[in-house]
Amino acid sequence: MRKCSIQALDTVFETIAEAAVLYLPVDGDNGASYKKWEKGTVMSNALNTVRSPKDFFFPQSENLMEFRTSGKTIEVIDKREEKEDFVVFGVRACDVKSFDILDRVFLNEPCDSYYADRREHGTIVSMACTRPVETCFCQTFGIDASNPAGDLSCWKTETDVYFQANTEKGEKLLAAIAGVTEESDDTAVKAQQEKTREIMKKLPLADLTTEGFGAGKTAELFNAPEWKELSQSCLGCGTCTFVCPTCQCYDIKDFKTGKGVIRFRCWDSCMYSDFTKMAHGNPRLSQLERFRQRFMHKLVYYPENNDGVYSCVGCGRCLAKCPISMNIVKVMRTIGGKADE
Amino acid sequence: MNNREETLIPKIGVITDVRIDTPDVKTFRVVTPDGKKAFEHKPGQCAMLSIPGVGEAMFSITSSPTNSEFMEFSIKKCGCVTEWLHEAEPGQQITIRGPYGNPFPVDDKFKGQDLLFVAGGIGLAPLRSVINYCRHYRENYGKIDIVYGSRSKDDLVDYQEILNEWMTDDNIFVHLTIDREQEGWDGHVGFVPNYVKELGFDTNKTVIICGPPIMIKFTLEGLCSLGFEKTQIYTTMELRMKCGVGKCGRCNIGSKYVCKDGPVFRCDQLEELPNEY
Ligand SMILES: Cc1cc2nc3c(=O)[nH]c(=O)nc-3n(C[C@H](O)[C@H](O)[C@H](O)COP(=O)(O)OP(=O)(O)OC[C@H]3O[C@@H](n4cnc5c(N)ncnc54)[C@H](O)[C@@H]3O)c2cc1C
Ligand code: SF4
Ligand code: SF4
Ligand code: FES
Repeated sequence: MRKCSIQALDTVFETIAEAAVLYLPVDGDNGASYKKWEKGTVMSNALNTVRSPKDFFFPQSENLMEFRTSGKTIEVIDKREEKEDFVVFGVRACDVKSFDILDRVFLNEPCDSYYADRREHGTIVSMACTRPVETCFCQTFGIDASNPAGDLSCWKTETDVYFQANTEKGEKLLAAIAGVTEESDDTAVKAQQEKTREIMKKLPLADLTTEGFGAGKTAELFNAPEWKELSQSCLGCGTCTFVCPTCQCYDIKDFKTGKGVIRFRCWDSCMYSDFTKMAHGNPRLSQLERFRQRFMHKLVYYPENNDGVYSCVGCGRCLAKCPISMNIVKVMRTIGGKADE
Repeated sequence: MNNREETLIPKIGVITDVRIDTPDVKTFRVVTPDGKKAFEHKPGQCAMLSIPGVGEAMFSITSSPTNSEFMEFSIKKCGCVTEWLHEAEPGQQITIRGPYGNPFPVDDKFKGQDLLFVAGGIGLAPLRSVINYCRHYRENYGKIDIVYGSRSKDDLVDYQEILNEWMTDDNIFVHLTIDREQEGWDGHVGFVPNYVKELGFDTNKTVIICGPPIMIKFTLEGLCSLGFEKTQIYTTMELRMKCGVGKCGRCNIGSKYVCKDGPVFRCDQLEELPNEY
């Protein structure tokens, strides 16, 4: 483990930014968001960013290819250029885990090259949480907020910042900042972790479990009468899917530029009424079916296909942003709690 | 991460022939610009066709893999892409990517079996690939029955091929039906599910069904009342698709993605999925 003083952090950023584009959370009028580091940029102390960092690997909208047509002929043009290396600094434990969940979709055969390119060029520097709040429930999914994964893990105390490399990429980055950091023991980190874990235990959602969900639960949960009431007020606005770090549904569309056609993909939402609409009808006719799909996917279907891993990291974004205050916690408490009755 | 394929970037295809099948179905022949097949496939697999600026849509490859020269798609006019294709003339380029999905088990489970194909309307498209594959390797399969129906005589897809090739084959029995009486039609009249029951097949067959959801539902009920088991019956499903590779989330039912775990399902496997199709 290595450390530097809080004052030296700017030099760390400067050193990282010499070799790669550096992004970190910065405070703004509407909360924190990831911004490109420039000299003088101040890192946010907010617990987390409003939007998740999934944009770095799976952007809200991205061009896939272009077409040029003339008469009856078509030309396909792959306009991608060699990607730059980049570093995302200050990612929280929940969001770091979300990359693993996205990897299982996009890197699974056949591998999505757009996502894979970004993943290869990106290095994740995580930051341990010290003040988790009442919407946090990462521990429900076995995530330790005080011990985040990532290529390089960081802990910030009142006076110092500690670094621990977990991967080859992390080692490389740690070597690059070796001049600004020094060897250190982990006493301060251990003490901080102890304190954070104490706070975690007292959070209102600390008792939330995944019991009643997981692989093999489709038959039991699909027709639960509770879906009706849970979904009743859902507006189908898709906010929950857009802020969610693990939601990964997308649409592919064409855009006519005047000179040619750009085919792009963009985030989509299973909460939208036309998501499954077809010529001969729609298998998910009402919001009940669409609402159920989002949660069944996260809590049953995804784990069934992915060694029991859930497609939620307990980041709490949907709890904070849903206009009608519906969320995955209410679903878990209502539907999952059933098993005990 | 080495095994990287450009799954979303299509190849160029050229339409070399357009055949008018019915008032709303045309069959398109497609090859690459240098006159070859775009890729190899197995019966039941699909391909994404697109016209830049119009959109992309999934279609069954209706030609048999044993056709070494070209691929064919029977396409029903029902929206942006399909309407555009119906206006297209030979020489027109389109884009094509695939093959997608799991095929029918023609080389294992179907081998040595008597086969019963049941199709309605455009539902013949995926089955035609299987039928012609089985006709090509005729010695590998037992008796073949085909029950095919549509609204009217004019709505039967591949009618000429059925008359001139399938009906003239030995040991292939084609049973055609149309929904309502029509001048110039002396064949059977009535809905496919009822016709299947009337024909009363013995139950030692493997059945392959494709058609409108309602036809599949009633045919299944009919077959079960004749004593067929769901494990003997295969079908192919249609859900909205965008990526074709199990990532965009469109075609997800339960823990399955129809584009990659289907579109071919055995009916007992289908029954394990939530009823959302
Ligand atoms: C595995 C598979 C195999 C298939 N095989 C065949 C085949 O062999 N032959 C064949 O003809 N078809 C086949 N299909 C169906 C074919 O993919 C669809 O008919 C095709 O998507 C239609 O594309 P389109 O652009 O013409 O229609 P679209 O323009 O997408 O419209 C289709 C219909 O959907 C509705 N719709 C779509 N989007 C919207 C929207 N945003 N708002 C409102 N309504 C909307 C409309 O009601 C319209 O009637 C197959 C489908 C699958 C999944
Ligand atoms: S659950 Fe809430 S955020 Fe999600 S679609 Fe419904 S109303 Fe919108
Ligand atoms: S479902 Fe809600 S709490 Fe779970 S990862 Fe998505 S936004 Fe975060
Ligand atoms: S079409 Fe994208 S997941 Fe099946």
